Amino acid sequence: MAELTGTRSPTATLDAATLAKDFPLLTREIHGRPITYLDSAASSQRPTAVLDAMRNYDETTHANVHRGVYTIAEEATRRFEAARTNVGRFIGAPDPGREVVFTKNATEALNLVAHTWGRTHLGRGDVVVLTEMEHHANIVPWHMLAAERGIELRWIPIDDDGQLVLDDLDAVLDGAKLLGVTCMSNVLGTLNPITELAAAAHAAGAVVLADACQSVPHLPTDVASLGVDFLAFSAHKMLGPTGIGVLWGREELLAELPPFLGGGEMILDVRKDGFTPNDIPWRFEAGTPPITEAIGLGAAVDYLRAVGMDAVRAHEISLTAYALDALNERFGDGIRIFGPSDAEARGGVLSFALGEVHPHDISQILDQYGVCVRAGHHCAKPLMRRLGVNSTARASFALYNDERDVDTLVEALDEAKKFFA
Amino acid sequence: MPGLEDLYREIILDHYRSPRNRGELETPPAVRVEGFNPLCGDEIVVTIDVQDGVLADIKIAGTGCSISQSSASMMSAAVKGKSVAEARDLIATFKGMMSIHEATLPSGAGDAGTIEETEPEAIDIDALGELAALQGVVKFPVRIKCATLSWNTLAQGLDEAASPV
Repeated sequence: MAELTGTRSPTATLDAATLAKDFPLLTREIHGRPITYLDSAASSQRPTAVLDAMRNYDETTHANVHRGVYTIAEEATRRFEAARTNVGRFIGAPDPGREVVFTKNATEALNLVAHTWGRTHLGRGDVVVLTEMEHHANIVPWHMLAAERGIELRWIPIDDDGQLVLDDLDAVLDGAKLLGVTCMSNVLGTLNPITELAAAAHAAGAVVLADACQSVPHLPTDVASLGVDFLAFSAHKMLGPTGIGVLWGREELLAELPPFLGGGEMILDVRKDGFTPNDIPWRFEAGTPPITEAIGLGAAVDYLRAVGMDAVRAHEISLTAYALDALNERFGDGIRIFGPSDAEARGGVLSFALGEVHPHDISQILDQYGVCVRAGHHCAKPLMRRLGVNSTARASFALYNDERDVDTLVEALDEAKKFFA
Repeated sequence: MPGLEDLYREIILDHYRSPRNRGELETPPAVRVEGFNPLCGDEIVVTIDVQDGVLADIKIAGTGCSISQSSASMMSAAVKGKSVAEARDLIATFKGMMSIHEATLPSGAGDAGTIEETEPEAIDIDALGELAALQGVVKFPVRIKCATLSWNTLAQGLDEAASPV
């Protein structure tokens, strides 16, 4: 799993406290205390550079794209397409101008694959393989396709350390047409061995759809070395705005797919007796796209690139290790932390159960201390059932978090525990 | 800004730590209904035994946060032995206490919608007894669904008991 662990490089460093100053929201106080934002796995905060880029575009350049021949329309189109290329380069896309599809979010990106690739390649009895740790967004579209055309879903199980069980991988993949797998669990933090899985899937004749929502914001990503065929992620978890997601697809696979939604932009010609679809990627982008949001995503990519993804990963390994130690030291057997115990094998996502205290109650008490964590099933109910819980509390890190945030979390959790003792 | 004491009143914590009427009744004759809170994945199971228009027995099972569990516990104590009509009145009153803010929330599963909205000024808080302790929940809008989960589930159970399939 070398390609996803992004092991610490000795020269890669960042100063979280300095970076945090770039994020206006992080100056807020909650109930009279400085905010401790630990929910970046749900949605990250945005730096001034992203907010300014969007505002600058809106104030100086906005027009619809791919339509007007006047100056600002051409500028808008150029900036929009430059954002696409920039995002593609960030993930190592061989042909960024053709392989990056903008969607409204990662959920839509995954649905796009189920809708277009799924409907042209899957029929009754065909097999789609998923993992027990998938987000609902990479489960429900396949359930819908199963209900519509009788495909079979198979599941790669997880072990008690939150790692995929790959002993029977070849048998599970036998005859499969598609493997849908998350690069990093949004609950367990587990980094999956994508290169190995993709190679096994390809050997079995299956294409690979990777959900990279949690990995692209936190570690270096290179689609070529991952070996996947489709990769989905969203802007708002990587310091960008809501309202835009990305589907990267291998050029030759995208080129043979039918359109997704119908409308403007996605056509070359429309007649009374039919239409001719546009070239990729616009074939999949019916209607006016999220232009300002694409500009914002491009700025978020610039920000991450300037910090350096190796540095981001090294920082988050270090912070995760610190948090695992601090939580285990303070609460011992009183806390159950889900997922891999080795910080290098996981991302900065810590789901936990604190004794009998319900995650809702934990989150409520933590809020009084300005600490923002997520409580719930994290859109991963099959995984919750596997873990034997209805919900968990989850703290997740980004490049603006540091050890003081972890210390505040630990103290607030101690208060929650006392409150419900 | 409301403080935690508004939400976590002592009586609520008492019912959370020592829930009343836990378990499930045998079905049949009892009616069993499940309620879900899609926000947090909590599940509640209400079994009721209705005889001659009286809610003779009620048991609560499932898991949830302190607010949903204490609300369910207090509800079970309040409606046990009451007539179905009295239980429905209490549901309407309780939901009325919670509805001021609930109406502004997105609806989800578990909201049976069989209870008429009651004007806030028409609510007789005194009739709620210790349940009035849950009034503070309305200051924490995301928790209202926790407090009303068991009540919506009971309402559904009473409907099913009234018209057996």
